[in-house]
Amino acid sequence: MKNIIEVKNVEMHFNMSKEKIDNLKEYFIKLFKRQLMYEDFVALDKVSVNVKKGEVFGIVGRNGSGKSTLLKAISGILKPSAGIIKVNGSIAPLIELGAGFDLDLTARENIFLNGSVLGFSNNLISEKFDEIVEFSELRNFLDVPMKNYSSGMVARIGFAVATMVKPDILIVDEILSVGDFLFQQKCERRINDLMQGGTTVLIVSHMLEQIRRLCSRVMWLDKGKTKMIGETKSVCDAYESCV
Amino acid sequence: MKAQIETFKRYKYLLINLIEKDIKLKYRRSVLGILWSVLNPLLMMIVISAVFSNIFKVNIENFPIYYLTGSTLFNMLSETTNYSMMSILESSSLIKKVYIPKYIFPLEKCMFGLVNFLFSMIAVAFMYVILGYPIYWTVLLFPIPVIYTLVFSIGLGLILSALSVFFRDIIHLYSVLLTAWTYFTPIMYPYDILNDKIKIIMHLNPMFHYVKYFRDVLMYKTVPSLETNLLCLSIAFGTLILGILFFKSKQDKFILYI
Ligand SMILES: Nc1ncnc2c1ncn2[C@@H]1O[C@H](COP(=O)(O)OP(=O)(O)O)[C@@H](O)[C@H]1O
Ligand SMILES: [Mg+2]
Repeated sequence: MKNIIEVKNVEMHFNMSKEKIDNLKEYFIKLFKRQLMYEDFVALDKVSVNVKKGEVFGIVGRNGSGKSTLLKAISGILKPSAGIIKVNGSIAPLIELGAGFDLDLTARENIFLNGSVLGFSNNLISEKFDEIVEFSELRNFLDVPMKNYSSGMVARIGFAVATMVKPDILIVDEILSVGDFLFQQKCERRINDLMQGGTTVLIVSHMLEQIRRLCSRVMWLDKGKTKMIGETKSVCDAYESCV
Repeated sequence: MKAQIETFKRYKYLLINLIEKDIKLKYRRSVLGILWSVLNPLLMMIVISAVFSNIFKVNIENFPIYYLTGSTLFNMLSETTNYSMMSILESSSLIKKVYIPKYIFPLEKCMFGLVNFLFSMIAVAFMYVILGYPIYWTVLLFPIPVIYTLVFSIGLGLILSALSVFFRDIIHLYSVLLTAWTYFTPIMYPYDILNDKIKIIMHLNPMFHYVKYFRDVLMYKTVPSLETNLLCLSIAFGTLILGILFFKSKQDKFILYI
């Protein structure tokens, strides 16, 4: 099978200097005093991984180990400081559900706005509109400004919009832990449907049993370095015995 | 290049939906919204006309129209650049979570400013009718200076939106600069009262050329010369190219600062 995602020697550096300069005045003062600080922090250190088409690939690791950073680099949100990332296909990033919702707008308006954020045309969204509404079970609240919604309701619409068209790659960052149990089940079912249809899935979750249930292969990141890549069972067992 | 056009086509709807959102949020809040964007320039015109023609005795024929045309066009520059300056900072939550071509944000704000400008042109048309001011065929050329100003604003907006990410105090600096710029453009006074030295400097002000062009076709039945057009065109597209290059060189770093 072909690699749909290729990550090669990717490094991500952040400036962790305590005093971040965000205005001209300080910039010139520090420049003049030669105090411009740069404190290097390596969030990803020479990470390499290939994901094959149709795989469900999990990423585990403690907080701050660079999981989200890796997913963002793959989605094109962050540009890596070094290394190469190749992606062959469309990505639906579920990094934080409801990104791009404007809470002053109604749900109906937000569905269109959020759909276009993901690069869908208005026609396509109209076509899928009923499906989205049905999945999110919010028909009676469609014309209410979203500031009156609970976070669970927002998440439901966000998930429905992001998965309305079968993407080549679905990126799921911790979002399966929000919302109620029924919603989580529903999302898992949708992800399973997409997988049957050939979508490649990247999942980050701190619920290890979820990773065990869904993934075929798993990567363990530790402080920005690859600790292990392999079969779900062996990686999860190793990770579990370590934490 | 081809890939970039494809990307733009894909995000065209985002551009449209964002403009629609801004318009809805601006005008939905109050029924007076649209009315206000027409009334505001008219009220300003009455105040300024009273002050300048009675107290300062500025001698301009048809001062109300003179002021209104100049201020309406300048106001477009000021709105589009101010909105775009904030656009990347305001969209930070989106930029951190989804890949979107980032120029969409300043570009959208400029198009929103254009829509607002078109609304306030209603006020101008209204004044033409009320004052019985003659309407010449050259009025039909009014989109030309508007496009020049818009292209110039997009270029400037791209630069400001990128700068404000790294240096927040640019926002304050620019508001001061903009005030000075308003006074340094013949909006409330005629170009002729300036002394020769200042007249020469005035030609370095892009808005001077655009406002003059705007009035030439709207008020003076004049079709600006080829040289004028080339000058206006080069300023606009020169600024746009500069803006694109600057924005492109900085955009990958935005996410680290927002
Ligand atoms: N924009 C940023 N600027 C500075 N540091 C960052 C930035 N984004 C992430 N980091 C740092 O990178 C490390 C990895 O973060 P992250 O990828 O979110 O970890 P995880 O998702 O595994 O919990 C953290 O220590 C975090 O503080
Ligand atoms: Mg994370």
